[in-house]
Amino acid sequence: MLKEEELDQLVNALSEKYGYDFSHYARASLKRRVSRLMLMDRFPSFAELLYKVKNDAAYLTHVVQELTVNVTEMFRDPALFKTLREQVLPVLATHPLIRIWHAGCSTGEEVYSMAILLEEANLLHRSRLYATDLNPSVIENIKKGIFPMSQMKNYSENYLLSGGKKDFSTYYTAKYDWAKFNEKFTSSMIVATHNLVSDRSFNEFQLILCRNVLIYFDKTLQDRVLTLFDESLEKLGFLVLGSKENLRFSAIGSNYTQLENKEKIWRKVR
Amino acid sequence: MAKSTLKPFKVVVIGGSAGSLEVVLTILEKLPAHPGVVFILVFHRKNDKDSLLENLLSHRTRLPVREVEDKEPILPNHIYIAPPDYHLLIEDEASFSLDSSEKIHFSRPSIDVTFESVAETFRDRVIGLLLSGANSDGAKGLLRIRELGGYTLVQNPEQAELGYMPQQAINLQAAMQMVDTEALSGVLAGLML
Repeated sequence: MLKEEELDQLVNALSEKYGYDFSHYARASLKRRVSRLMLMDRFPSFAELLYKVKNDAAYLTHVVQELTVNVTEMFRDPALFKTLREQVLPVLATHPLIRIWHAGCSTGEEVYSMAILLEEANLLHRSRLYATDLNPSVIENIKKGIFPMSQMKNYSENYLLSGGKKDFSTYYTAKYDWAKFNEKFTSSMIVATHNLVSDRSFNEFQLILCRNVLIYFDKTLQDRVLTLFDESLEKLGFLVLGSKENLRFSAIGSNYTQLENKEKIWRKVR
Repeated sequence: MAKSTLKPFKVVVIGGSAGSLEVVLTILEKLPAHPGVVFILVFHRKNDKDSLLENLLSHRTRLPVREVEDKEPILPNHIYIAPPDYHLLIEDEASFSLDSSEKIHFSRPSIDVTFESVAETFRDRVIGLLLSGANSDGAKGLLRIRELGGYTLVQNPEQAELGYMPQQAINLQAAMQMVDTEALSGVLAGLML
């Protein structure tokens, strides 16, 4: 098992040499990620990993991608998407231009799910979906709109549970092992790298989604990022977190009220 | 200055498949009112979001039962359940953290992940128990608890609904004691003292 001081050394190297600050990531999970990376890339010892990170800039992208968790799926937590359909989209519909931020969106499955919801509510043509992540490699996938065919059965089930009424397969073209989603979805997206740890607010939104990202941060960083969201959200805008994340004990919590059905959706009331 | 007579709390961590729920309920029912211990439960379960399990357990014990949320504080005399679709980790002695990374043994939550994390933090204060289940999740984690000074138990595989999981732990020499189902609560109570 990785030692605490080894983790510190790696965190320092990533920060000093490349400007990636992992110092306020939750330790238990980060430690597992580093151990996993060492196992996957077959480093016989920590010293060799550290040497590689310090001396091979080309390896960095891979390290950042593996230290962060990129597990996501379309319509994950279908009940949440049902609530978005029924309670949030009707409010968004009152705006001439709808701006949504998917913060830490990984490979973009959630962004495409949202685009489908907007399309079905006839709002996609006046929506802009900002999709950001710190990994340059994962966001490339969003622009392509290509996802593994093997997942489509699961996504289709999720879609139906979220209140979808159509045949999910009409939204993509299947080619061998891949599903390419309709370009009308992709063209509503603005894709960019953004690091929640070090980058600032860049626009004002009516809806921000950041699910299962804050769990990897410590309390200090969580509060900083939530403040960033607060600054980026219009009054009466909505903030969506992961199913086990909570605004209750945060610095900005008192300015928000949770929707009544217990989904992790909060509205900015002050 | 008088030395504190407070003993640091012990941590009882129990893993199993959904089929071991009945056994856990029986154990919890027989607990003393203030055991002074933290209970952490990891079940392989369907990814259902309702809090059925939390409610079910609450009806059988007077201790507060919590399905863990991110950075939830760790308190003695509480029963914590790993939430569906997350790995449950120990951030430090005072709090949990969650992780939605890749499944381990096709499972999220994985029993190995929680057992290892509990062992790394609480070391010789851990009592680990592995119950019925159909895959090898939990065996390596139980071994880690043993290696770091904790006490490890398995349910007698012949009496478990699915004996594969405890048997894997026995094969790995992770278990210090094999216990008959009926005797589990009694043995645990003795270890908690």
